[in-house]
Amino acid sequence: MQPENSQVNQQETGAGEIKISARDVQVHYGDNHALVDVSVDISDKMVTAFIGPSGCGKSTFLRCLNRMNDTIDGCRVEGDIRLDGEDIYAPEVDPVHLRARVGMVFQKPNPFPKSIYDNVAYGPRIHGLAKNRSELDEIVEKSLRRGAIWDEVKDRLDAPGTSLSGGQQQRLCIARAIATSPEVLLMDEPCSALDPIATAQIEELIDELRRQFCVIMVTHSMQQAARVSQRTAFFHLGQLVEYGETGQIFTNPSDPRTESYITGRIG
Amino acid sequence: MKDSPASAPRVNWKDPQLAATLRARHARERRLKILGLLSLGAAFAMLFILLASLAASGYKAFVQTHVTMDFVISARNVNPENPEKGKYRKVIAESLQAVFPEVGRKEMRQLRKILSNGAQYMVRDAVVADPSLIGGVLRLTVPVSDPYDQLNKGEIDRTTPESNRRLSDREIAWFDRLKEAGMISTPFNKALFLNADSRFPELAGLKGALWGSFYALLVCFLLSFPLGIGAAIWLEEFAPKNRFTDIIEVNINNLAAVPSVVFGLLALAVFLGWFNLPRSAAFVGGMTLALMTLPTIIIATRAALKAVPPSIREAALGLGASRQQVVFGHVLPLAMPGILTGTIIGLAQALGETAPLLLIGMNAFITSAPESAFEPATALPTQIFIWADSPERGFAARTSAAILVLLGFLITMNLAAVILRRKFERKW
Repeated sequence: MQPENSQVNQQETGAGEIKISARDVQVHYGDNHALVDVSVDISDKMVTAFIGPSGCGKSTFLRCLNRMNDTIDGCRVEGDIRLDGEDIYAPEVDPVHLRARVGMVFQKPNPFPKSIYDNVAYGPRIHGLAKNRSELDEIVEKSLRRGAIWDEVKDRLDAPGTSLSGGQQQRLCIARAIATSPEVLLMDEPCSALDPIATAQIEELIDELRRQFCVIMVTHSMQQAARVSQRTAFFHLGQLVEYGETGQIFTNPSDPRTESYITGRIG
Repeated sequence: MKDSPASAPRVNWKDPQLAATLRARHARERRLKILGLLSLGAAFAMLFILLASLAASGYKAFVQTHVTMDFVISARNVNPENPEKGKYRKVIAESLQAVFPEVGRKEMRQLRKILSNGAQYMVRDAVVADPSLIGGVLRLTVPVSDPYDQLNKGEIDRTTPESNRRLSDREIAWFDRLKEAGMISTPFNKALFLNADSRFPELAGLKGALWGSFYALLVCFLLSFPLGIGAAIWLEEFAPKNRFTDIIEVNINNLAAVPSVVFGLLALAVFLGWFNLPRSAAFVGGMTLALMTLPTIIIATRAALKAVPPSIREAALGLGASRQQVVFGHVLPLAMPGILTGTIIGLAQALGETAPLLLIGMNAFITSAPESAFEPATALPTQIFIWADSPERGFAARTSAAILVLLGFLITMNLAAVILRRKFERKW
């Protein structure tokens, strides 16, 4: 595979197959109806961006996809979310197993206060993905390479993960999420705590990652959504207002609310 | 020049009224600072007075007047077949007679009191350990009895009339003769740490109390540490938020504020009354102290668990760690410094606790150190309580000395807490 411009080529192998399909998803936090009737199909091997003003429900929806909302008291999720056609809220689905398949990267880089090696090895270890030390070494190296941070840390894998710079920490967190070989990568504003140079590196990495994963990212920056994503979903007041090709959303939105938002009138 | 209507009117900072407000603000700040420094100074002064008065009255208990004498061990007094049953009082009397040949039989009763009552047992122990001494002479350094110790330390004023003095002129003259002969020495008071309690101040020591406190704290730690951490983890990480857990929470906070004597009464009723556990035992003392330490540890642990940033939990959960893996693999290790600090402070509190131990009888008069947690024992604070209650002059200084020892342990424990926190503190 050669590097291609993400805006032009969207038809790579497997791209376009529906990975996640959500139907009529409702989320309540206590009495607050945070997400109303969200239905969306998310394609594999693509970057899908969720945009919208603060409190619009985009992060809430993202956290439904790996059942992180389960850990919040008083949060209720209704509706139907399927990963490869399989209901992820079915009683027989173990959220622990699901989260290994649907990795997550958070807004603030949050490496464990352990060595770089142990950070990446943690997921494979708890899920028993490596039979021995050399296999684990291999997974760690591969993940760090795919996280585009191997060259910077290969000589100091024993250094604490917290000793890295912000951008490096975030790439380490991405490598850590990749290490369990997930199918989907969820990113919750992965660049909002980073400087422009680190942001550019992460964006480049995300573009690289979509060859192997279904990447879904929440972002506050419309420029970022336009640069990185192939599909964009616009959320407003708990509703999915518009969803489609990124180019089309930004140049020719069909809903007036989308237009107001991307032209800066609401948000 | 007229201001244009669009520009806001400019504030004149030179206006005397505004300047006065500013001055008043600065003055208020200065007053607060001075008040703060004053209260800090007062606190330090109190601490200094406390330590100085303890040191002033206690330092003398760290040395003890001894007399070095030749004891004649004749076979007439000590049967070589059975050295343990020898007439050691007679040995002492005869040896003193050798030093003071002019003293008659009647006065001998008085003279013998120069030496501590324990001297005869020390001679006996030396002879039992080495029976070849029988028929020879044993040179031994033994403590003098309390009044003479006080005399040597200058606590007895020689100018007060004889009738108001604890020692008569003749007794003082005897002691001075010993001193002139170079037989008196005042070495470090090892007995203070190596002996258990005694009726005689010169023989009394803290060994029993130290062991009692050690066993009680050990039991207290073994019970309250795992129970406290377990309860805190459940409440903080697993418990649902409902009325029931609210009630538990409120009651744990209340429990931390319950006066310790109430826990003592509870222990008396339950441990001694119902379960018939041994009276005065460090084991029961430890269980009682654990009741008090438990809420402290639970509260400290919960605070430490809460202080672990949620991003760490999310990171682990997001990788597919189970709740239990998140808690034991990430949250607990990060909270450990805080938990250990809280535990050590709780234990330090327990070490100084007196009232509950009095109620379960750990203030008994026990002259041997406990061999296990189930034997009758005293603890440091109850030992201080007993000594403070004793009439002999020598116990006054020993009370202060024991308080200094207790404070020493408390400071060491608090220091350990600080060092542990420094060592394990992590940044994220």
